[in-house]
Amino acid sequence: MKLWEFTGHELLEKLAHQEITQEEILGALDKRREEVEPKVKAFLRFEKTPGPENLSGPGGFQGLPIAVKDNICIKNRPVTCASRILEGFHPPYDATVIQKLKAAGFSIYGQTNMDEFAFGSSCENSSYFPTRNPWNLECVPGGSSGGSAAAVACGEAIWALGSDTGGSIRQPASFCGVVGLKPTYGRVSRYGLIAFASSLDQIGPFARDIEDCSLLLKVIAGYDPKDSTSANLSVPDFLLSLGKDIKGIKIGVPKEYFSLSADRALEGIAQEVKQALEEAIEQLKKLGAKVQEVSLPHTEYAVSVYYILATAEASSNLARFDGVQYGLRTEAVDNLTEMYKRTRQAGFGSEAKRRIMLGTYCLSHGYYEAYYLRALKVRALIANDFADVFKDFDCLITPTSPTPAFKLGEKIQNPLAMYLSDIYTISINLAGLPAISIPCGFSSGGLPIGMQIIAGSFDEEMLFRVAHCYEDSTSWHKMRPKI
Amino acid sequence: MEYEAVIGLEVHAQLKTRSKAFCGCMAEFGAPANSLTCPVCLGFPGSLPVLNEKALEYGLRAALALHCSVQSFSKFDRKNYFYPDLPKNYQISQYDLPLALGGFLEIEVSGAKKRIGIIRAHLEEDAGKLIHEEGHSLVDYNRAGVPLLEIVSAPEIYSPEQAYEYLASLKAILKYLEVCDCDMEKGSLRCDANVSLRKPGAKELGIKAELKNMNSFKAVRDALNYELKRQKEVLESGGSIRQETRLWDEVSGKTQAMRSKEEAMDYRYFPEPDLPPFVLSDEEIETIREGLPELPQALKQRFISQYELNSYDAGILTSEKALAEFFEACVGLYPRAKAICNWISGPLSYEFNSRNTRIESLKLKPEMLVRLIKLVEQGVLSNLAAKALLSEMLNSGRPADELIKEKDLTQVSDTKALDELLDKVIADNPGSVMDYNSGKANALMFLVGQAMRLSKGKANPKLVQEALRRRLNNA
Amino acid sequence: MAISKNDALRVAHLARIDLTEDELRLFARQLESIIEFIDKLKELDVSSVSPAAHTPVLKNVLRPDTIKDSLSKEAVLGNAPKSLKGHFLVPKVIE
Repeated sequence: MKLWEFTGHELLEKLAHQEITQEEILGALDKRREEVEPKVKAFLRFEKTPGPENLSGPGGFQGLPIAVKDNICIKNRPVTCASRILEGFHPPYDATVIQKLKAAGFSIYGQTNMDEFAFGSSCENSSYFPTRNPWNLECVPGGSSGGSAAAVACGEAIWALGSDTGGSIRQPASFCGVVGLKPTYGRVSRYGLIAFASSLDQIGPFARDIEDCSLLLKVIAGYDPKDSTSANLSVPDFLLSLGKDIKGIKIGVPKEYFSLSADRALEGIAQEVKQALEEAIEQLKKLGAKVQEVSLPHTEYAVSVYYILATAEASSNLARFDGVQYGLRTEAVDNLTEMYKRTRQAGFGSEAKRRIMLGTYCLSHGYYEAYYLRALKVRALIANDFADVFKDFDCLITPTSPTPAFKLGEKIQNPLAMYLSDIYTISINLAGLPAISIPCGFSSGGLPIGMQIIAGSFDEEMLFRVAHCYEDSTSWHKMRPKI
Repeated sequence: MEYEAVIGLEVHAQLKTRSKAFCGCMAEFGAPANSLTCPVCLGFPGSLPVLNEKALEYGLRAALALHCSVQSFSKFDRKNYFYPDLPKNYQISQYDLPLALGGFLEIEVSGAKKRIGIIRAHLEEDAGKLIHEEGHSLVDYNRAGVPLLEIVSAPEIYSPEQAYEYLASLKAILKYLEVCDCDMEKGSLRCDANVSLRKPGAKELGIKAELKNMNSFKAVRDALNYELKRQKEVLESGGSIRQETRLWDEVSGKTQAMRSKEEAMDYRYFPEPDLPPFVLSDEEIETIREGLPELPQALKQRFISQYELNSYDAGILTSEKALAEFFEACVGLYPRAKAICNWISGPLSYEFNSRNTRIESLKLKPEMLVRLIKLVEQGVLSNLAAKALLSEMLNSGRPADELIKEKDLTQVSDTKALDELLDKVIADNPGSVMDYNSGKANALMFLVGQAMRLSKGKANPKLVQEALRRRLNNA
Repeated sequence: MAISKNDALRVAHLARIDLTEDELRLFARQLESIIEFIDKLKELDVSSVSPAAHTPVLKNVLRPDTIKDSLSKEAVLGNAPKSLKGHFLVPKVIE
């Protein structure tokens, strides 16, 4: 087994036993990156691996490198959100999660590709280049955190951070066969995360197994007085949730997630995905869980609610990219309005413009009540569905995505079809709940399939407990792409 | 044709917090451009706002003092529009659920009291400052993010004079609460006016113009007077008023329509997702209400009844909180309210007005003024000498007794010194002495005056008068 | 609801994007189909539901009124496409 194939906790153990050195790990990762990066293209930017003198951070992570999605601010390093409009911008501050990573002894070495401003489910909306799926280079890695997912899957990174607004961590995790977690809204500080939709965004970890995922969440989670929406709660030791059995744990399976008809959702659940989930459910039953069908009656409205609220917030969040203080600016104009319009025309890609247009339209005079206000109300109904279910159940199991990874170019011409590929992940953001995607099988074409576990508010421990128990009894997480 | 003026005022009061509304940058006037900025108030990507607790508290205090009902649930909203003084191209403000609704302010115009309704009071962040130069504009974001309380009056102000009084009253209250400096020239209080005319008795409001760019209370009054006259002329000549924004030009004394493409603003308000809502219990609201100081009108009434002052005196003493507090501190030491009032509204006011300063920055302590008054009443100092001494005390911050000793200001009361003084006065003014002797009583007062002047005010005028009369009658 | 090219132009102006003719046509069509899809929300009776703008557990988040360091001049203006005399410089504002 090569060094890049090991997980973070395995490497830390080897370091602790002085079986390997930090230089050997970094060397192995560098070599792996040189091999696969030209094919996968997971990174937008790469910082030369830090020298050994930087490797002894105090927090115990021994200078192990971590990749970060390119919408998280790192002091004095470029950050672009994969957009032209932020070209040249160097934030003069660290995001709170970056401060926490540094304090824990991580070295931050690469910034990963994404859909521009996290608008997308395929990484094809990057203004620079698309990232490819390490399991099949013809396929997308998912999105928007596609670069982070692909980097972890193919061994360019041990772990990575992504952000999830409607599935942007979980869906690429499922497409790339890795673990990806969206924490409860408020669990991780958003300070320094360049906002897409402020009421939905959360930063979360990618890793190759549950233990690494829990270690990383422990580092980045916690109350931040700089983020008014950060929850003032202590962070449990998630490692304590690992290794527990799940006997008697009550798992709900939302029937709507398996029966969305093709005409309503444009796309039903792929047979292979359904089958993989059924097998996973059987496995969970064998492990002692009590599985029962439940209903989340407002599921079919989630995509609509999401695309109103998320684009409306985005249209406002992205208004600041106007060429005045930073980033791209189109010169040779004689008045301010022209400068704004041409800068934004030149700086935003097609999907960003489409979403800004949709969000602006939904908020504009005469439409607020019909769209935005109504969507806020349906959001309450969706959140109530979950609250009702979690009175009786410990967690829910669903597919992460209706299909395995699709081909590059397959959906790019049809925005609505692309939006619908987030159908299983979106509701969770609307309800603010934690959810994790873990590998649970492969398609006949050799593409990973992911299972989503959803828990009640701030109950990430339940996610880790169930996910780890399942992982321990299966070997999907040990599969590596041949690339 | 007679018309009735209808005026509504929108006041933006800069809340006197130390740091800005949503970040820790100093909220200060006059610093070098952009030196008081950070990622939050610059709206850098990834930055997030957190509300300053004092901004909320000050807003609540003002709202309660204006008899508003503070809302148990309020939230912030984003007001979206592109303008370079707005770092995020949206302003954090409050839209449909503001901090407070429905209050009033009492004003007094020519002795009559009148209540002006207040529609709402809400918190928002200030914008930056634009400087227009030839061919381009410059932006300074120091002011961006400074907390403002917007106070919107009902259209219940019917004359420029009432508008002036409304602002004066509002200023007095905000200053008493210590939530705003209320300096219009520095922009810490800003006022826009909506003004229209209608036929007397009409229920409907006429078409209004919005007046901006008025930098003093007087400017508000002048601009309103001008605008009412202008609208009247337009209507009388058969024209109609255009709904527009007009800028007051102090120099020409006119309002002028802003050049603008007639583009209806579409602010696309929606709840600010970065700021959770505010939920206030009745108890919390009551606690703030109980912490309010006595406000100027109530204080004036109390001074009138408790200290038996007239309305005018009480009005002067309560015109500023510090003055009222100084007065009460003095009365607490020496219960001669009228005398103390006279000293404060007379010599002391004269001193701080001529020094262009405020009572709180003078070096005078209540016990020092009380001691001075006692010295006069005991006959140790003449009034004239005491006034001169007050000025010295303000300059040096030293108590009266010390200065008297040093400058030998004690009244000349011993008879020997007095005799010498009177000898000289009688010798120098034979004509007046004769006048007195021939029955002209007024001449005595002239001679007393001469003695006072000769003693440089140190003679005890009562003793001088008695001794003179004695000497002249016996002569 | 039909969305015309002119509607798209009005929205693009509000959002300050100088879209091309082709983009206006494309977005008008795409917005129309997305709006048609999201109109499904109108099926629901939400008259008695309160809107969920924020996570219900969060409220009254405040910070003390203390002063923190502002950024250095370099950090403030270092990213600016154009600056002059410590200010951000923008083209003339035409009302």
